[in-house]
Amino acid sequence: MACLEDYLRKGSMPHIWCAGCGHGIVMNSLIRAIDKVGLDKNRTVVVSGIGCSSRAPGYMDFDTLHTTHGRALAFATGVKFANPELNVIVITGDGDASAIGGNHLIHAARRNIDITTVCFDNSIYGMTSGQFSPMTPTGRFATTTPYGNIDQPFDLCELVKGAGATYVARSTTYHAPLTVNLIAKALAHKGFAFVDVLSQCPTYYGRRNKIGGGVEMMKWFRDHAVQVQKSRGMSPEELADKIVIGEMHSSVKPEYTGEYRKIIDRAQGRGPES
Amino acid sequence: MNEMNRVRLMQGNEACVEGALAAGLRFFAGYPITPSTEIAELLSERLPRVGGRFIQMEDEIASMGAVIGASLAGAKSMTATSGPGFSLKQENIGYAALTEIPCVVVNVQRVGPSTGMPTSPAQGDVMQARWGTHGDHPAVVYTPWSVGETYSLTVKCFNTAEELRTPVILLMDEVVGHMREKVALPAVGDLEIVNRRKPDKPSRDVYLPYDPGDGDIPPLAAFGDGYRFHVTGLTHDMRGFPTNDSKKAEYLHRRICDKVAKRRERITIVESRDTADADVVVVAYGGSARPASRAVTLARGAGVKAGFVRLVTIWPFPAEEVASLATHASRVLVPEMNLGQIAGEVERALKGRAPVTHLGKVGGVLFTPEEILDAIKGV
Repeated sequence: MACLEDYLRKGSMPHIWCAGCGHGIVMNSLIRAIDKVGLDKNRTVVVSGIGCSSRAPGYMDFDTLHTTHGRALAFATGVKFANPELNVIVITGDGDASAIGGNHLIHAARRNIDITTVCFDNSIYGMTSGQFSPMTPTGRFATTTPYGNIDQPFDLCELVKGAGATYVARSTTYHAPLTVNLIAKALAHKGFAFVDVLSQCPTYYGRRNKIGGGVEMMKWFRDHAVQVQKSRGMSPEELADKIVIGEMHSSVKPEYTGEYRKIIDRAQGRGPES
Repeated sequence: MNEMNRVRLMQGNEACVEGALAAGLRFFAGYPITPSTEIAELLSERLPRVGGRFIQMEDEIASMGAVIGASLAGAKSMTATSGPGFSLKQENIGYAALTEIPCVVVNVQRVGPSTGMPTSPAQGDVMQARWGTHGDHPAVVYTPWSVGETYSLTVKCFNTAEELRTPVILLMDEVVGHMREKVALPAVGDLEIVNRRKPDKPSRDVYLPYDPGDGDIPPLAAFGDGYRFHVTGLTHDMRGFPTNDSKKAEYLHRRICDKVAKRRERITIVESRDTADADVVVVAYGGSARPASRAVTLARGAGVKAGFVRLVTIWPFPAEEVASLATHASRVLVPEMNLGQIAGEVERALKGRAPVTHLGKVGGVLFTPEEILDAIKGV
């Protein structure tokens, strides 16, 4: 593989992430996956929303677009649809993707547009100093759930699968080689691909919930992760505090920009129904 | 379209579509909303014929985001909406202003606030077109009064957006959007079409997407051209990366506003007649200018020295032009389908030289010439 540094903008370092944060591991995994699949740096666009995770594209040596909160997939849809030859990757956080950007997430999945989305999922709003997100587990503490969270979290993988995504997977920062493989498969997939990567926020989530620092949080991922194949034989009670990892779903459906290419052909009198 | 049918009966919204395509539109993202929907419907049919792309997004916010993304991918891009949608698009309009991504936003105004009166005309979004998004930002806004002018101004919107690297707003109203008139479209070859300046350095050289060089508008590469540049809505330096350096921040925020302010005269279009000896000057724009123009003619016929000024550009506000055209007036009348938006700007422009009377209407009905005539006479 090429030197990983070739994919980084060293001039934009140091990064903003806290000591122990998992986001560097996820970005590292994404870069390794890009290298593994062999994407052309000049033909690859990385788009993000707002939040800690969404600062990653600024450190990556591609055409990069740091958009408004929640709207990465809307902007990315414009990039991809205007020039389907480009590889388009979206980096988003759990709040960015599932709260303010939830509508765009389900509709990008529904269209099955050829965009790979990697969710840096640390179950908290880190940038604004630790408020609960739609991915914060019930009962956990955040700066806006001082008595414990009564919200139910999403299962993001089930959500995007239900909305029509054709590649869905989950991993954690502890399982870095698996993360690389899953993102590589997502990048190679034609259609909307979603990889949920659980990441640790020791500063706001680990500390407030007394899990510990970055290493302890990654050990927690190790101890609570269950491979998807194994999970299928487990009861809901057994899975209650588990993280199911691996490839959740892979299917083939017509891809949006390809379908529109047919519309152009038809409108220009080249199609079968012209 | 061949020369035979370049004279056509068409709707304002349809003229907007023809103008956009003539200007080189290749990407439209929108969301259904009255009274702008015909623009989306027509483009869904027309764009694929020219190899362009139409997408109906999940909401107004997404439409604006997709338009900006498409423009960065190199396509001339547009969206069209009305008041409620215009409100939702505001954050991303500000993003386009700060990141200097050219695009065109059409707002066919209806009565507001809120859902208001979806099929009835108003001009209540004048201030929103100027100040709708947060923070100081430039605004270029054109407002047509006829179907034919909708065509030419749509072309102008694209040219201005491309040249200035900024979002440009075509502020229509339901009167103009849904009205049908005979239009003679210019031959496409006769139109001046402006395309954004691209970097002339080879791609492997360092490209600074926010370095204007000797001028004040930086060239814009497209994603995929090989420049590998960064775009962010955070205040950024010339490289495009976030900065908290107050000098760099001050420079950027002033530059994006100054580039428009410096070109104010060239952006400004104001039409007038009978102002030289006018005692009463009527300043109007958009759909309201039609009955206002008729009222001035009727007033002259009745022996009243009335003059007519029509604002085609409303932002940047043509303050100098308005002041000079109303030099000898003892009174200035501003009829508009709102409760007083441009009237305040006219007052500021005149600096007390003549009293300004506002004639407002917000019930969803256009003025009659007689209503404006009465106001000219001071009845």
